[in-house]
Amino acid sequence: MIATFSRSDWLLLIAFIVIVLTLPWTMQPIGAAYPDLLQKFAIYGIFAIGFNILFGLTGYLSFGHAAFLGVGSYAALWSFKLLTMNVLPALALSIAVAGVFAFLIGYVSLRRSGIYFAILTLAFAQMSYNLAYSVLTPITNGETGLQVRAIRDSAATSLRDGDVRVIDQFLGIPEIGVPISNLFGMKMSGYSGFYFCAALLILGFFLALCISRSNFGMVLKAIKSNRNRLEYTGVNTRPYLIAAFVISGMYAGLAGSLLSITDPIAGAERMQWTASGEVVLMTILGGAGTLVGPVLGAGVIKYAEQKVSSWNEGILHNAVALLPEPLQDLLVWFFSFFVGEGWHLTLGLMFMIIVIFLPGGLMEGFRRLRRAFSGGRSADSAKTATTSTVQEKS
Amino acid sequence: MAVADIPTGETSEREFASGVPDKVLHIDDVHKSFAGLHALSNVDLDVRHGETHAIIGPNGAGKSTLLNVCVGRLPPDRGAVIFDGHVLTGKTPHEINQLGVARVFQTPEVFLDLSVLQNVMVPALSKRDGPFKLNPFAAFAGETEIRDEAEAVIASVGLADHMRDTASSLSRGDKRRLELAMCLIQHPKLLLLDEPTAGMARHDTNATIDLLKRIKEGGMTKVIIEHDMHVVFSLADRITVLAGGRIIAQGRPEEIKNNPKVKEAYLGEEQV
Amino acid sequence: MDAIFLQILNGLDKGGAYALIALGLTLIFGTLGVVNFAHGALFMLGAFCAVTLNRLLNTSFDRVNEAKVDFLGKPLVEKVPYLEQWFGPEVSGFLLDWSVPISLLLAVFVMALIGVAMERGLIKHFYNRPHADQILVTFGLAIVLQEIIRHFFGANPIPQPAPDIVAGAANVGGLLGLGDNVYYPWWRLIYFLFSALVIGGVFAFLQFTTFGMVVRAGMHDRETVGLLGINIQRRFTIVFGLAAVVAGVAGAMYTPILPPDYHMGMDFLVLSFVVVVVGGMGSLTGAVLAGFLLGILQSFASMTEVKSILPGIDQIIIYLVAVIVLLIRPRGLMGRPGVAED
Repeated sequence: MIATFSRSDWLLLIAFIVIVLTLPWTMQPIGAAYPDLLQKFAIYGIFAIGFNILFGLTGYLSFGHAAFLGVGSYAALWSFKLLTMNVLPALALSIAVAGVFAFLIGYVSLRRSGIYFAILTLAFAQMSYNLAYSVLTPITNGETGLQVRAIRDSAATSLRDGDVRVIDQFLGIPEIGVPISNLFGMKMSGYSGFYFCAALLILGFFLALCISRSNFGMVLKAIKSNRNRLEYTGVNTRPYLIAAFVISGMYAGLAGSLLSITDPIAGAERMQWTASGEVVLMTILGGAGTLVGPVLGAGVIKYAEQKVSSWNEGILHNAVALLPEPLQDLLVWFFSFFVGEGWHLTLGLMFMIIVIFLPGGLMEGFRRLRRAFSGGRSADSAKTATTSTVQEKS
Repeated sequence: MAVADIPTGETSEREFASGVPDKVLHIDDVHKSFAGLHALSNVDLDVRHGETHAIIGPNGAGKSTLLNVCVGRLPPDRGAVIFDGHVLTGKTPHEINQLGVARVFQTPEVFLDLSVLQNVMVPALSKRDGPFKLNPFAAFAGETEIRDEAEAVIASVGLADHMRDTASSLSRGDKRRLELAMCLIQHPKLLLLDEPTAGMARHDTNATIDLLKRIKEGGMTKVIIEHDMHVVFSLADRITVLAGGRIIAQGRPEEIKNNPKVKEAYLGEEQV
Repeated sequence: MDAIFLQILNGLDKGGAYALIALGLTLIFGTLGVVNFAHGALFMLGAFCAVTLNRLLNTSFDRVNEAKVDFLGKPLVEKVPYLEQWFGPEVSGFLLDWSVPISLLLAVFVMALIGVAMERGLIKHFYNRPHADQILVTFGLAIVLQEIIRHFFGANPIPQPAPDIVAGAANVGGLLGLGDNVYYPWWRLIYFLFSALVIGGVFAFLQFTTFGMVVRAGMHDRETVGLLGINIQRRFTIVFGLAAVVAGVAGAMYTPILPPDYHMGMDFLVLSFVVVVVGGMGSLTGAVLAGFLLGILQSFASMTEVKSILPGIDQIIIYLVAVIVLLIRPRGLMGRPGVAED
């Protein structure tokens, strides 16, 4: 596989690795260089890359991917509670459980396509969410959310309130206070947590690159382009779609697992359909079907969420302090819609603006800019630009 | 137009030449009705190895229905379609294709977002790998053999200059050529063509006829549904005439030309 | 027996709301070919028309009442609605009491305006875009609308009173001669009748007017109607406005049953889509029937007896039905074959 990577693929991969690993420095000027946010970049980057394997490559719009994220979170926490605080079993369990869950939902949902597929996935996600809040409370701990606890004193304590961690106990690993997830003793919080997520993001990106450049990826693109023709070409498209669905579900499970690893508490709100909507937005904001786009979209949205939702009227007043008083008030009044609690309004507007004006997302925007700049040059360079467009898309 | 090797049908010419023209496709007493309307009744049809069989008939005669029954899109109410010893009735399109039936649609159906080369490579992959083979690490770029073959086939249909263009940028005639290339690379035992020259300018039509003639020399079995009599009589070895869902005549082109029934059916429709 | 009857009643008002939203969704999908994920938000906006009217009627000024003192010994400052000042306590009391039904007038006007603006300003440009784009852009719009509402009205549910005269429960059993065991809130009965009335109105409109005939023809075969040279554009706008009004009045009338909050639209939207799918995309009758059917089914699933056998069934019954219907009968209960089946 690697042998066939083109030079631009290599450049892309290397650039991606460098950019991700240097984020703690490059993000400093915009005030995003703290572990908590950087972890979110990486985790939601993984989520979006996985979503893109389904939506970007096959064109099947799932409105229920948050369910897999949630399932992954719960699975990781149960691994912490029952087995060990080591993250590797948690990761394996999350990915496996999310994969099985995705297979079941995908197997049924992929019987249909188009709007029906979107509604079916939405229905499944809502079912999972409702169940997590009601009858599945013994597993999810309902509204309170599932948490890592200290080792329980007696078997009478319910597993929700006291953990067993058989492997850690067996190995005699001491625990002081509420334990923190670790990788063979290395704590998965702060920057080490970020680098762990970043390593998995890079791995996830590499795998997505492989898939995109593989025969499998080509079939998925052909499904998006013309599924009917592909069937008449002798390809049984359904198993391919199920495979893509399961793979993207496993990515979501991995992301959910990392959420639990970096912050060991999981609540059902992660499975709500607004959360599914968020990953759709990340993907289309960056550019569905492109490799880098979804990661970019995830970064932009998590950054904006963090910043915009923390702004308040005081900050706004400072920002427009140079303007005359009445104008100031008017501007502050206007912008107060979009900041702080109004962050979701900004999100919704971004959603609309991207879909209306830039269906190809930010990556499409960059391409247009590049074309506009190279437009003055000879027709030859314009032709290269078009070819590279095809290259990037394929 | 660049002339390269035309891929030949898998059926060897020996069988054809041996004088025992066995049936590739056998349509046995097929009935199909929509809401009480008989689209097809009592249709019996044999297509022999290596021949080009044209199905003609006025609008609404049931030609497209017949084709759709053949490729598994529509289940017949009665009767069966047998291809190369397999009952096609009830099989899915990809199963039928894997048996060796390729189809060209009335309006060109290609992968618009993919390049011409990719368009032709995908069917070759499906021919080699079967209906489903999951290997996310088999690099598409590493399929050199298939790429070489695809390039040859693309050249043979005259699209060598468009190898890397996206299919959506092709003209309608070129899309048809592309679709043909997608079928040819699979070396189908049977090629179904649904009005291959519909909506084409005369120049394009002639080029397509030439192309199809060259395939014919390769001995590939073909069924053509066509409206344009010029195309039919330049290509067909045998002709079946449908009218009102029934076969009204069958035979060699010269027999059909002089058949009074056919003339009657086409009266006011088109000059034969 | 009584319990079953009560559950059917229970399902009717919720079913009415589902049916009204689903009706609009179907109209829009059938005529305009657009999947409107903002339809729940329109329902929510309608509900907030009722809230707004109630607030407006309650707009008060401070009046010092010399006769009373507050706990500091100062004269008491009372809030007095302007209405009371202008028309006297009786009229103002009546208006406030009946604010929800009165708000229907406001809702019709406002929702028609919003519907037309939405179609002209946004939806129009999405007729030829893929369904995915339509879903995404209307989903974004839904978020925007609900966040604007949250900005002005906050995140908490705002209870709205039903008029006093119908605040209690009706002796439904007695009315129907089934004994005195079945009591049911008046307002819920009214809501059911109201939804039946609106549905009847919409159907009559589509059945008996030329405009309605064209719309129905358009739902059947869009291209042909376009070929007839009928001004489709203007009709699309009107259909969208109509659907918005139906969703809006459904929302306004629902406020005494469920105190509205900003995200009620999303909750109803998901369910209404399920209703549309179960009923059959593009079938108006199907949407209405499925709405009531699912409403009733849901209320049966919430019975303790049922829940004890199948825990959690009340949470998922609707989705479960949708999944089953989509899988075994893709075109829904009443859908015509071939209409958006895949």
